[in-house]
Parts: sequence; C-alpha cells; structure tokens
Amino acid sequence: MAYINLPEGLPGIRGPMAFRQETAKPLNELAEVLLRTDNSLTQGERELIATYVSSLNDCFFCQNSHGGIAQHYLQCDMKYIDEVKKDFEATQIPAKLKGLLSIAASVQKGGKHVTPEQISKAKESGATDREIHDTVLIAAAFCMFNRYVDGLGTWAPQDREFYVKRGKQRAEEGYLHFDLYK
Amino acid sequence: MAHISVPDGVPGIRSLVMFRPESGQHLYALAQVLLRGDSPLTEAERELIAAYVSSRNECMFCMSSHAAAARYLFKDKKQVVDFVLADYKSAPISEKLKALLNVAGKVQKNGKEVLPDDISEARKHGASDRDIHDTVLIAATFSMFNRYVDGLASFTPTDPKAYEEMGVRLGEKGYVLPK
Repeated sequence: MAYINLPEGLPGIRGPMAFRQETAKPLNELAEVLLRTDNSLTQGERELIATYVSSLNDCFFCQNSHGGIAQHYLQCDMKYIDEVKKDFEATQIPAKLKGLLSIAASVQKGGKHVTPEQISKAKESGATDREIHDTVLIAAAFCMFNRYVDGLGTWAPQDREFYVKRGKQRAEEGYLHFDLYK
Repeated sequence: MAHISVPDGVPGIRSLVMFRPESGQHLYALAQVLLRGDSPLTEAERELIAAYVSSRNECMFCMSSHAAAARYLFKDKKQVVDFVLADYKSAPISEKLKALLNVAGKVQKNGKEVLPDDISEARKHGASDRDIHDTVLIAATFSMFNRYVDGLASFTPTDPKAYEEMGVRLGEKGYVLPK
C-alpha cells in the first residue's frame, strides 16, 4: 500500500498523478518534450536512456514501463534491453549512444560525476550540444520520476510482460493526452 | 566552463533554460506550481526543503539560491534556514517539519530509502497526505534540478550578494522563464 491515500488500482506514477493533477501537468509536458518530440536522438534512444537510468536507480515500475516503450520503438526484445542495462559497453549499440549512456550513468550518481573526458568522447562520436543537454536532462528527470514513484511507496504490476504488451499503446498515446485509468 | 555552449555569464539553471526553452518552460512551470502553488506547507518551508535537499546533493548553485529565497520568505525568522542547513534535528522548527525533512533526505538518496516508520513519524506530528506528497515531490524535483545544473557544469557564482538578489527575485516574482 502506498504511503498516502491514492486512487485505487493505478500503477506506479499514475496514482500520484491522479492525486495531484496540477503537478502532473508540467511533469507530463516535460516527459513529452524530452522523450517524444522531434529530436536528432530517436524516441527509441531516448526511452532507452530513461530505462537505463531507472534501472540504475532500481525503480521497477519506471524501468519496465519505459523498457516496454523502448522495445516498441526499437523493435527489439526484452533480452536486448536487459543486455543494455547490464553492460551497454559490451553491446552493439552505436558509439555515440554508448557515450551518452555513460554520461547518463554519471548524472545518476550526481551532476559532478560527469567528466570533461566523457563530454569530449561523446562529442568525438558525433554528439551535439543539444543531444548532450537532452541526455543530461532525461537522466536528471528520471532521477526525479524514480524517486517520486518509489518515495511514495506506489504499487507496480510485477509481471514484466504487462509493460511490454502496453508499449505500443503508450508510445502512440504519448504523455499528454492519455487516460490515467486505461 | 559549461559542458555545452550556453549564454556567457548567466548563472546556473537560467543559462540552461535559455539554451533549451522547450524543456525549460516546463521545468519552471513545475517549480512554480510546486513551490508557489497551493500547499499545506508554506512557501518558506518548501524553499527550505529544496535548499536542504540541494545541500545534500552538494549543488552549490541550487542550495545557495533556494536558501536565499527561503531567508527572504522567512523574513525576521530567516536564521532558521542556516540552523536547518547545519543540523535540522536541533533547529528551531516544528517536529512535523523535522519529520518531513527526514523524509526529504531519504528521497534524496533513493525513493526506496523512505520507510513506513519515516511516514508514521511524520503523521504522528500532524503531516497530511498533501504534506507528504509535496515533500517527496520537492525532494525528487530537486534531485533532478541539482543533477541538471551540475551535470552540465553550469556557471556557479561565488559571491553571496548574487544569491541574495536571486533570493529577492524568487521570493517576489517566483519562477519566470528568462527571455
């Protein structure tokens, strides 16, 4: 049971969002602009960064819901996502994305853990200022979302397939105009 | 020097939201509703929680600017801010606020650090669902802002006067996206 009285049956962040809609609005607008709007980083890459950071923060709900969405965009299976989470350097993902994931990992520890070397390495692999900015902000934002979800003791369905089945729908409906109860 | 090309001499998060206002506008809207909107916690208390979390994340820019805003809002009780930043447990604040700062400190580490005992302690001293919700979200939000500001190595002024001015502006005008 959550630490506060949330509407029944809503998983993860949906309960707190239903509890207080005025704060849900900017949170969802932030997610929409960071993860879905047009960007040189694909939606799949951005959802992957979110999933990865959420796994570092050990947030079950967030890493699985965004993992399910990433699976849809990347047209990959759960094994692929799990391999990235476990050791992205050992995977075949492009060098630029590896550079951005290592920056995201540093942000998760703390802003000052990002080193100039990580930044130059990412730039050498072709990352733009905008891509670096967005990677840092996505990582920082998920450090917020993960804490919101876990700090209030919310409930999450434990079957990982639940999130994979909903990945396509979540990707299509986006973060702005969705029904909290569906 | 910041890790990306942001406007020269503009401090902290301001330089970053000028670089990318599409996301910046929502960050400011979140800060405005969370720290200035309706809440059972006063604006001063909410700024204090923000400053406390930022000090734990060792983010000098955020801690200094929000401590300054808290001092402005606490008015003649402004010394309370420095007492809390030094050691909230012995600070002249209510037991409820101490319990909420404990929750905020746990959220700062990781959401899972918050335990049922932390919540019941807060409830014992009169904390409502909204007190708890807002405390957790402020702590979570500043865990984002602190990482954003330091993760891009944005400019952190060292002159206390600069923060005093920020405190007045934040206290009087709130969170208005720079043009």
